[in-house]
Amino acid sequence: MSGPVGSASPSELLSRFSISPSRRRRDRLARGTIGAGTVLALIPLVLIVYYLLEKGLGAWSTDFFTTDPTGSTFFKSSSIGGIKSAVLGTIEMVALASAIAVPIGIGVALWLVEYGRDSAFAKTVRFFVDVLTGVPSILFGLFIYIVLVIGTHSSYAGYKGSIALSLLMLPVVIRSAEVILLLVPGGLRESALALGAPRWKMIARVVLPTALPGMVTGVLLAVARAAGETAPLLFTAASTHGTSFNLGGFMNSLPVQIYNDVTSPTAAVVNRAWGAALTLVTLILALNVIARLIARRSRLT
Amino acid sequence: MEAASVTGGGRTVLVRSPLTRLPDRALRWTLTVLAALILALIVYFFVRLVGQAKPALSHQGVLGFAFEDSWNPSAGRFGALPLVVGTLITSFLALVIGVPVAVAAAIYTTELCPRRLRTPLTVLVELLAAVPSVVYGLWGIFFLAPKLRGAEQWLADRLSFVPFVGGGLVTIPNCFITGLVLAIMILPIVSAISREVMSTVPSDHREAALGLGATRWEMIRIAVLPYCRSGIVGGAMLGLGRAIGETIAVTILIGDSPKMVEHLFGQSYSLAAVIANEFGEATGIHRSALFAAGLLLFVLTLLVNGLARWFVVRAARIDAPPRPEDHARSGPAVLAADTIAGA
Repeated sequence: MSGPVGSASPSELLSRFSISPSRRRRDRLARGTIGAGTVLALIPLVLIVYYLLEKGLGAWSTDFFTTDPTGSTFFKSSSIGGIKSAVLGTIEMVALASAIAVPIGIGVALWLVEYGRDSAFAKTVRFFVDVLTGVPSILFGLFIYIVLVIGTHSSYAGYKGSIALSLLMLPVVIRSAEVILLLVPGGLRESALALGAPRWKMIARVVLPTALPGMVTGVLLAVARAAGETAPLLFTAASTHGTSFNLGGFMNSLPVQIYNDVTSPTAAVVNRAWGAALTLVTLILALNVIARLIARRSRLT
Repeated sequence: MEAASVTGGGRTVLVRSPLTRLPDRALRWTLTVLAALILALIVYFFVRLVGQAKPALSHQGVLGFAFEDSWNPSAGRFGALPLVVGTLITSFLALVIGVPVAVAAAIYTTELCPRRLRTPLTVLVELLAAVPSVVYGLWGIFFLAPKLRGAEQWLADRLSFVPFVGGGLVTIPNCFITGLVLAIMILPIVSAISREVMSTVPSDHREAALGLGATRWEMIRIAVLPYCRSGIVGGAMLGLGRAIGETIAVTILIGDSPKMVEHLFGQSYSLAAVIANEFGEATGIHRSALFAAGLLLFVLTLLVNGLARWFVVRAARIDAPPRPEDHARSGPAVLAADTIAGA
């Protein structure tokens, strides 16, 4: 070392290169503001979880899960019923929605990665998938209403709600599956083809099994998203009180029941909404946690 | 070619018979049809929506529908301006409140916090996205709104000289609470995209800034923020798209009053909320007007989201390698945008 640095004593060096008080103050202020912003971002979560637990756990009981809502709004909480039909309805409709959205979504993702690649058509498809992602969920409800309720001159039905939900799930499934499929090493594909496997066999035996855990994660996140949606179900599945296993008829669901209960003037009914909300959030969180655990075990990251 | 003709006999053996190539073709065509289906679906949706909205649009005139200040179904007037204004005011309010907080959280997790805290913080912010819209509405109307009413009234009184903001009486469902809850709802997506973009800043840039003697904040200001500006703007616009299309929480919180917004702490209405609320009972031209409101909402979100994607993709491509990897690079940010629930 030579020059001015080399000839200075340590204390001189320190004063020459140390940060001026005003800069230090500004640094501290900015860091403090950023830290405060982060804390601010976490406050709503704490408040929501706390309030959900406090109100929701109070509403939970065995009866709460084993009885259907009665539709009565008497002040005695025992007569208003629980949320059995809503839980079962949500599970049934989301299951059907997944059965529709998952094969189509993975198929489109496969086409994009294995066949479409960077062709103009593939770019158009990607663009439209992005469009689909941004469409507000209530518009999917309107769309299914136009096509399946007006179009067939029939009434609301559970399966129509499922189709609306599946439209909502599609872009999430496609995008997540596409990203995972792109991560499958090209060497694996080439080895399969070099061994003489036809393309479909390469996809079925090599690409899909390798990408499976990652795709499961994407699917579970899509399911979690669909399970919490109210708006697409309002004019497609409507709501009802009784438990139903007939997807061709009206169907109750957790989000729609919460939405209906919120506007009630009766305290017991609002309480049921809190219990149902806690149930719904628990369900969705469980799906998210499982999705993350599977993602962690995936070999492709 | 020469080599092939030398071993010409072997070549024909290696060629698959048309029969064994059938599954390949079938798979290819099935998948192509599926992909084309997505396109057809959206175009079909748009055409049908326009068809359903037509009676109201011809009754009211396209411009009259979008820019007339009178939503009065019983009188047969369907001017959606109050709804559009209500939608935009609450969404912008959500941006103003939500984006700084989301960006601060992103900066903290990528630049400042101890490594051990990084994953837990990320997961906690993303948990906000797992809460369904209807639960936000429930929480907002029964917890947040009553708790904040006093503070809002105080603010409204102090700001009474500002037009459109202060003055009037604070109602329990109001624009401000709607904006605040929307801000919480868009927090995870804005934060996730900002974080994603910040993690693409080359560490050379950071080290260069620190090596020149910059403090942490100066490093963030010179090296990180300018590099991710367009990505953050894109994330904010995606958040705006979410806020504009958000239905159930807004329906519960906004007060459902189809009049022009008088002040920030008063009731209003939004395009999505009017559909959710009035569709069940609407008939004839009223129902058609609601489809027209849906069409307007569709076009609005399409514009905002298109712009947002453009910003995000541009951000991801700043130092992008050659073409083929292009969309693989923009993958993480776009995936984050897609998998985070909440619309």
